[in-house]
Amino acid sequence: MTPRIEMKDVQKSFGAKHVLRGVNLSIAPGESMVIIGGSGTGKSVALKCVLGLIQPDAGQILVDGKPNTSGNRDEFLARFGMLFQGAALFDSVSVWENVAFRLRRGKQKLPKADAREIAIEKLRRVGLTPDVADLFPAELSGGMQKRVGLARAIASEPEIIFFDEPTTGLDPIMSGVINELVRELVTEIGATAMTITHDMTSVRAIADTVAMIHDGKIRWTGPIGDLDTSPDPYVDQFIHGRATGPIEAVR
Amino acid sequence: MLLAVQGFLASIGAAVLGLCRATGSVVLFAVSGVSHIFRPPFYFGELGRQLLRIGFFSLPVVGLTALFTGGALALQIFAGGSRFNAESVVPSIVAIGMVRELGPVLGGLMVAGRVSASIAAELGTMRVTEQIDALTTLSTNPMKFLVAPRLLAATIALPLLVLVGDIIGIMGGFLVGVGRLEFNPATYINTTVDFLEVGDVTSGLVKAAVFGFIVALMGCYQGYNSGRGAQGVGRATTNAVVSASVLILAANYMLTEVFFTA
Repeated sequence: MTPRIEMKDVQKSFGAKHVLRGVNLSIAPGESMVIIGGSGTGKSVALKCVLGLIQPDAGQILVDGKPNTSGNRDEFLARFGMLFQGAALFDSVSVWENVAFRLRRGKQKLPKADAREIAIEKLRRVGLTPDVADLFPAELSGGMQKRVGLARAIASEPEIIFFDEPTTGLDPIMSGVINELVRELVTEIGATAMTITHDMTSVRAIADTVAMIHDGKIRWTGPIGDLDTSPDPYVDQFIHGRATGPIEAVR
Repeated sequence: MLLAVQGFLASIGAAVLGLCRATGSVVLFAVSGVSHIFRPPFYFGELGRQLLRIGFFSLPVVGLTALFTGGALALQIFAGGSRFNAESVVPSIVAIGMVRELGPVLGGLMVAGRVSASIAAELGTMRVTEQIDALTTLSTNPMKFLVAPRLLAATIALPLLVLVGDIIGIMGGFLVGVGRLEFNPATYINTTVDFLEVGDVTSGLVKAAVFGFIVALMGCYQGYNSGRGAQGVGRATTNAVVSASVLILAANYMLTEVFFTA
């Protein structure tokens, strides 16, 4: 079966800093892949390379067997939904307009009333009441902003959803709520998901498969069930949060 | 000694190369922004919002600046003119000075301080909080959605602002001329109208359009390429105001040279 997303020897440097040193990764359709790794190991850069937000220096990224730079850019991006680390909601527009942002643009542009109705339905799906729809992002708590970001990511029912640190900055209860929502939504839509996080609770709640990135390369990849028995010392140190081991604590 | 000279020359070379790189980068950004003004989709709602923000909300600042400048100009010209019995030139020089030079330049500088900083801070914050990346993932080109409407709005709004500023500035001169310098109101207005030519007004408005473009361009460029964190946004805001102000003064000299020789 053709992988939904495939990264072949992807490399990226920023000046003298080599962030990705040859990432190889394959995600099957409908799979929920979680990429773990310490801060500054290249997780977000890898994700942004797939979306084309950052151009890799070398290597190839294929989506359904085709290079991510080929074909119509808008049609390519329309297949993706993304939840950003800080939600990245647009401050100048209301919550419902944020959720319906894509629905109000492009060839498939919906009338305002229809887009608003869908936005409210998506907000309800992530546990927010319709009265939130007319508020502005600055009026919401961090957890609510994350949920609105989640609603925006699923608004157009994309085939592929990216989650960038979905639980960062949230309390444990809200993290649990977001993890559950992510898992439910991915299963419900049948989307392929790629999540980057260093929150092990999220990993266990969201992942079908896990990949560990370290020093710009994938160190280990396998099903979530094999994570705890992985023989890789890097994985072992990371998942148990040990200060000593092959991963340097000071980076 | 030789090493010190080499080091000095190398630092000059690096600065020149840096300046060339920055200039090239701004020009490419401007070309891309302008090209998006003419290519669909067009965001008319966004254009309207920016016209309101850049144009309408800058009116008090530009109006007050023009009013006081017109008044001060009348006093200065009267003081200078009285040295060779030429007090009667006050209305005509106030009008020409405001319309050709002070209206567009001071209007441009005031809007640079207000709008350039605000655009840079807004876009810089959007960059830092990944809102610009979010726009891209939502199939919306940030150059088209954020930059093009601001460039167009500022280029349209500034001549209108300066036109209003010119009228208010001349009125400032009139109020001082009549109230303080004992000019006859009718004579003052007649002299102003008689001496002012269409070319004076249009040259000022052309300047204002160029200054408007510069204000938006530097705000957008610095904000769009803002560094990380609060410090990055702060630096972008400062750079936007400083670069816009310097470019306005440089462009003013070049445009004046063009109009002067034409």
